[in-house]
Parts: sequence; structure tokens; C-alpha cells
Amino acid sequence: MPAMFKKDLSLLVLILVVGTVVAIINPRFLSPINISNTANLIGLFGMFSIGMGFVIITGGIELSVGSIFALLGVIFIDLLVTYEMSWPLAVVLIILGGTVMGWLHGFLVTKAKLQPFVVTLCGLLIYRGIARYYTEDGTAGFEFGMNFPALEWVTTGRAFGVIPHSFIVFILLAIVMGIVLHKSVFGRYLFAVGKNEEAARYSGIRTDRIITAAYVISGALCGLSAIYLAMYTRSISPASHGNFYELYAIAAAVLGGCSLRGGEGSVLGVVLGTILLQVLQNLVNLLGIPSSLNFAVIGGVILIGVLADQQLVRRRQARLAKK
Amino acid sequence: MTANAAATGPLLDLIDIGKTYPGVVALSGVNLSVAPGEIIGLVGENGAGKSTLMKILGGVVAPSEGTIRIDGAERAAMSVADATKAGIAFVHQELNLFDNLDVAANVFIGREPRYGGLLQLVDTKALHEKVTPLLRRLGADFGPATPVANLSLAQRQLVEIAKALSLDARLVIMDEPTSSLTASETARLLGVIADLKANNVSVIFISHRLQEVERCADRVMVLRDGKVVGRLERGQIQHDSMIRLMIGRDLKSLYIPPAAPPRETALDLAEVRTTAFPGQTVTLALRAGEILGLAGLVGSGRTELARAIFGIDRRLGGRITLSGQSLEITEPRDAINRGLYLIPEDRKQCGLLLDFSVSENISLANLPAYARATIVQGDAEDRNAERQKTKLNIKVPSVATQTSSLSGGNQQKVVLGKWLSMSPKVIIFDEPTRGIDVGAKGEIYELMRGLADSGVAILMISSDMEEVIGVSDRIAVMHEGRISGLLERGEFSEDRVLQLAVGKSPQEAAAIKMMMGA
Repeated sequence: MPAMFKKDLSLLVLILVVGTVVAIINPRFLSPINISNTANLIGLFGMFSIGMGFVIITGGIELSVGSIFALLGVIFIDLLVTYEMSWPLAVVLIILGGTVMGWLHGFLVTKAKLQPFVVTLCGLLIYRGIARYYTEDGTAGFEFGMNFPALEWVTTGRAFGVIPHSFIVFILLAIVMGIVLHKSVFGRYLFAVGKNEEAARYSGIRTDRIITAAYVISGALCGLSAIYLAMYTRSISPASHGNFYELYAIAAAVLGGCSLRGGEGSVLGVVLGTILLQVLQNLVNLLGIPSSLNFAVIGGVILIGVLADQQLVRRRQARLAKK
Repeated sequence: MTANAAATGPLLDLIDIGKTYPGVVALSGVNLSVAPGEIIGLVGENGAGKSTLMKILGGVVAPSEGTIRIDGAERAAMSVADATKAGIAFVHQELNLFDNLDVAANVFIGREPRYGGLLQLVDTKALHEKVTPLLRRLGADFGPATPVANLSLAQRQLVEIAKALSLDARLVIMDEPTSSLTASETARLLGVIADLKANNVSVIFISHRLQEVERCADRVMVLRDGKVVGRLERGQIQHDSMIRLMIGRDLKSLYIPPAAPPRETALDLAEVRTTAFPGQTVTLALRAGEILGLAGLVGSGRTELARAIFGIDRRLGGRITLSGQSLEITEPRDAINRGLYLIPEDRKQCGLLLDFSVSENISLANLPAYARATIVQGDAEDRNAERQKTKLNIKVPSVATQTSSLSGGNQQKVVLGKWLSMSPKVIIFDEPTRGIDVGAKGEIYELMRGLADSGVAILMISSDMEEVIGVSDRIAVMHEGRISGLLERGEFSEDRVLQLAVGKSPQEAAAIKMMMGA
């Protein structure tokens, strides 16, 4: 898909331009510690953004991401702290929990024929509510002196002291999911279903399964992210943990070329979209912009980006029409 | 209502109108003059240029050459607003109504009487007062407050006509207005047309139903391949003469006889019930090696039957047997796995993914066959697509081309190529040549016969009488959800098919015909 590739390329150029400008104004942008920290955030936010991309390609949306982090996060900490469960088992259970939630969303969307927005909005409210009830609105955290060296190495460790493991895991995931989306039979079906569910059905694609699978993938990645985020923050106040994170994922996917109408998108795009968002966050910090303006800056940049892209598409179409 | 009776000269004059799209001449050298109160029949096969001509009249597309005169005043180009102002109104084939609104709101959409100053509230009372007489005039059996969603197709059409009348239309263009109507609804519509004529409103009546054109038109213009190939005056308007002009050859030449007599039963439907007509059952046997035409009016349940067989819709009851084994279907995949394929009526929405390439479309139904360890092998897909391209003579520069840029005929061949890359036992063609030009039609018919001769059983749903009679080995006719008759090749005639389609005995049908003619 050459058009898609062009989009990714222009996003990459945008990232480099923004990065260069920030680096010139504040050279600290390029310091190893800043880059390492930004890479960590890219890893944390990127994992679930890929899942969001899959859901958006089916023409759906997943709004409950942030609430899933809160609920699975407090359960994860509880499993380790209160029940003293071995951490690999807890990790498996949490990812499984995310998978089940994703499957439930997929089931409600395909079998009960509810709109994805409604299903996942209810998820957002329900999971957040349960998380707060579960901890009696208190903060769940590790007790002083509690250590899980192996788990911490996997989640918050940094290779050679600089490359965060979260980032490495994210890149590996992106490669695998990129192959799944762009090369596999399932990926092709996903695009077909997103473009035109009816025609996909007439070609014998089991559209309900494909759509459900997208939510399941997103749910599983949310489960994984929930663990990484819990280990990153180390304490979770369920009223605010993960708030608005679904919007970061949607923003990354849209910036990366996913169409909310479905049928369009790429993993590389989502990766670049996530990078751009985190670079912008970083920009707000480094350039001394009041952090209260954080969202406004991100929103403004996305709006300008989408407008510019629209303009480019229109010009390309005009050029094609002239031929 | 028309106060324009004073107009004496022609209402509308088209002089040497031509329209060229890149690579295609859609229309050339069309002359047409419409006098007030005149009813012009416009006939021609699909793709003959009728819709292009209508789009030009409606101001939707600009002609590449020629002049349009309205009331003698010349116009180089016409916009949609110009057309409306000139009193040209459309009753479209796909009705353009908002079925979430009521009748009155639809008739006066965008022109609602208002009150309340800045608030611009809709004056519902005044609205209804305006709409009621229009509906009465058309003999409508529903009121202005009826939701459009509750209306039948025929009633919706009356709403469209009421809308045209409310615009003081002097020329109403009707595109296939009767294609979905029952016989009595058609008779009433023809009455409405006569009433329009009496009020000095002109009508351009586009229809494939030649009997109706015969009954109502003052003059007929026949289009073929974008050109006017014949003009018939009142006395010359006859069914056969129109057909001869339309297709430019004899009907019989369509038929390609099978190489061998049909073999064993391939698909057996026993008391199948669909959601469209839950009270009716369909029993039908389709034999390997034959083309069985399935005729009937639009809405007679043919497409629904096909969808139920293929697993798109749930089947309410009955048994389906394929090659002697019972066929249990919950979704299309189950049918496809058994070699039962459907080429749907709506090619662009259901048959193809227009954004996908030719190659991607052809492999879609059998993708795992082109994959190694679930990774799709692009070159394997392309090789097969190339094979189909050659075999089916798909005219496309490359198999990587997006299917949206192909002509209707080539798109249909891509759909066909998808199924021919697998092993078909039964193929259901739903309106196989709708919107396809004459040349490609012939190729599709040849391909169908070739398939039948190779042992495939073909069920061809078609509303095109020429096609049904010209292509089928046998014809089953559906009427309101049931098979009303089965004709062998020797018994084929348009009259016979039509009688069965309207569900009448020959005597009753003749009576209806006389009544409508009167």
C-alpha cells in the first residue's frame, strides 16, 4: 500500500522536525536519561495502542482501556501482596483477565449487535467502579520493602542501563503484530471486514469471529500493559489510574493513519503516532510550557496534523483526477 | 394546478447532446424535444445511456457537447437548481426519501412553511393542508402524517410524485417507476400519468416494461450504446419493434444450447422457508449441467431465497441437499466449503471489496490456500489472478489494480474469478448482468454456459426478461415467496413468464391486461 507508506513517511518527518526543534531549544532533549525515559513511556503507551489500532481497523472503538488498567492493576497488586501468588501465575491471570474482557466486548458487539462505542463506554464506567469498590477507593500498592526482582527486571529494567525493557517488548510486539496485520490471512480478513463487512461475509469470512478476535487482541494487550503500568507506578489509586489512556491510544492510531470508519491503518503508523505523542509530552515538559496545557498542545497538534493530511489527500486526488 | 398551459413551443429541447467520460462515449448526438403534456417513453438496455441523459436533464452532470433549451431559452450548462426552477422533477428508481420522517415532511423537505420568526418552527398544520390535496389527487390511501417507513414501495413512489407536483413540475422524469410494483399498483400509476398529461405536465417514462411504455407513451425514443437508434410515433409503438431496436439483434441468438443433457440433481430445496415470506415454502430441484432461470417481480422473494440458501440470512425451515448430502448452513462459509457459491445482485456492496486489488478480491474467499504458515503469499495470489484474468478475459492493466476502477462487466468477472479459483458445484447468479454493457453480457452468458457444460449447476435470478428467456434451459417463476410455475424451454414466452410472475392464471392475466389497457 504505497499511499499508507507515504503517510507513515510524513509522520516520521513530522517527528524528526518536532524533535529537532525541541533539541535546538533545549539540548537536554537528547540526553541519554531523557531519551531513555521517553522510550519507556513510548513502550508503555505503545503496547495497548497497537490493540486499539486493530479494533479501529474493524470500524470499532475501545473506550474502556484506562478503566481496565485500574481494575486489572489493583487485582494484580492484590494477587502479589495479599495472596502472595507467584508472579508468573499472576501475570498469566491478568493477561487472561484482559482477554476475557476483550472477548466480552467482542461478543456484545457481534452477537448482541450493540454499538462498540456503547459497549466499551459501559466497560469504562463499570470497570472503574468495580476497581474503586474493590479497594474501597483506597490506593493499592506494594508494601514497603517488598521486592520482585525478576518481575521488576522484566518490566522496569533497562538493558545496558538505558534501553527500557518496556520499549524492547513494545518493539517486539509491534514487529509480530505488524506481520499479523499486514502479512497474515487474519490481517487481510481484518481489513476486509473493516472496509465492508457485508462483502467480507459474502466471501465466506466469518466476520463475527474476526471482529471478536480484534477485541480479544486489544484486551490481551491491555492486560499486559496493565502489568507494566502497575509496575511503573508501583501504587494505584483506582479513581485516577489510567484516566484518559484510551484517548492516547485513539490519538496514536488516528495520527498513524487508522480511519475511524474502519478498514485503514498500519502498525508502523500506530508506532509512529505513539512516538509523536510522547515527544509532544516531552516537549511540553522541556520547553517549560505549563503542564496544564499538556492536553491542549497534543489536541492542537493532532488537529493540525489531520487537517494537513486531509489537504494532502485532496491534492493527490485532484492530481489523479487531472490525469 | 399548472398555470403554464399557455406555453406553446416545446418545453424542452435537447440538441446534439453528447457526453464523454475518459475512454467512454456515454452519449452522442442525442436530439429530443418534449412538448407540454407529452409522454415520452425512453427505452434501452442497461448501459445504453438513459441514466446519463437523465443526469444531464437534472443538472447533475454537464454535457460535453450540445445545447439544452428550456422554453426556447438556451442554456450551455444547467445546475440542479436550474433544473428544479425550470420545473423538471425526478421520480428516482432508488427512491430518495427519508424514511425516518413522515410523508408531509418528505414532500416539502427544505421548503417547509414556517412560523415563529427567528425560531423558524415548522408550521405542521399549513404543511398538512398543502400535502393533503396532493395526496388526494394521486389517489393515495395514506395521510400526510404517515411515517414513510410504514409505506410500501408503490406508496413511496406516490410520495415522490406528490413532491414533484408540489414543485409545480412541468416535466416529471420517472426512472423505472413500475419495476417494483404489482399489476394493480402499476395500473394506478399509469392512471396518475394520464392525469398529469391531462394537466399539461410532460412525462419522460423510462422503463424496461415495454407493455407499459406501449400503453402510455405518445412517442418513444430508443437508445443503444449512447446513440438514438430509433424513434417511434404513437402508431408504431409496439413491443417487438422496441425490442429489436433496443438489442439490435434477435432474442433467440442469446441462447447457447447445452453440450449434454442435464445430469443428476445437484441442489435440492425441500420446503425451504425464508424470513421474507415465512408462510410460503419453496421446493425446487437444480440439476448439474443446467442453467435454471429464476424469474419473478422485484420483491417476489428470489434474492431472499438465494441469501437463505447461501447462509447470509437464517433459514426458517426446510431441508437443502447438495450433491446428495444434507447441507447445514449457519453462515456463508459452510456453503462455500461445500462448493455452493453466490454472485450477489449488488456487486459493489456485496460482491467485491472495491478498495482491494483484483488479485486480493479473487483470493479472498480461499485465502488460506495462498498462505504458508498463515502468511499470505502475494505471488501465489497474483499467479492465480493472472490465470483468471486470461481465462475470463478481464480487461485490466494489472491484477494489482483496484477493482473500483473497473467497468461493471470486468468487476463481475472478478467476482466470477473468485469462485472459479475454487471448485464450484452450484453457482447462484443474482442479476448477473445488471449494469453491464451488451458486449460483456454476451461474454458472461458464454462463461455461464461453459460452466454448466463442465457440470456446474447454475441458478440464475434475473428480472431481465430477455435474459431469462434467452439464457435459461428451464425457468422457475416466483410469486410472493413461492414457485408459481416451472417452464421447460419449449414453453418459454414472455407472456407465460409474466403471468406466473404476477401469480395469475392466463385468463386472469389477460383480463388485467385489458383492464389496464382501457
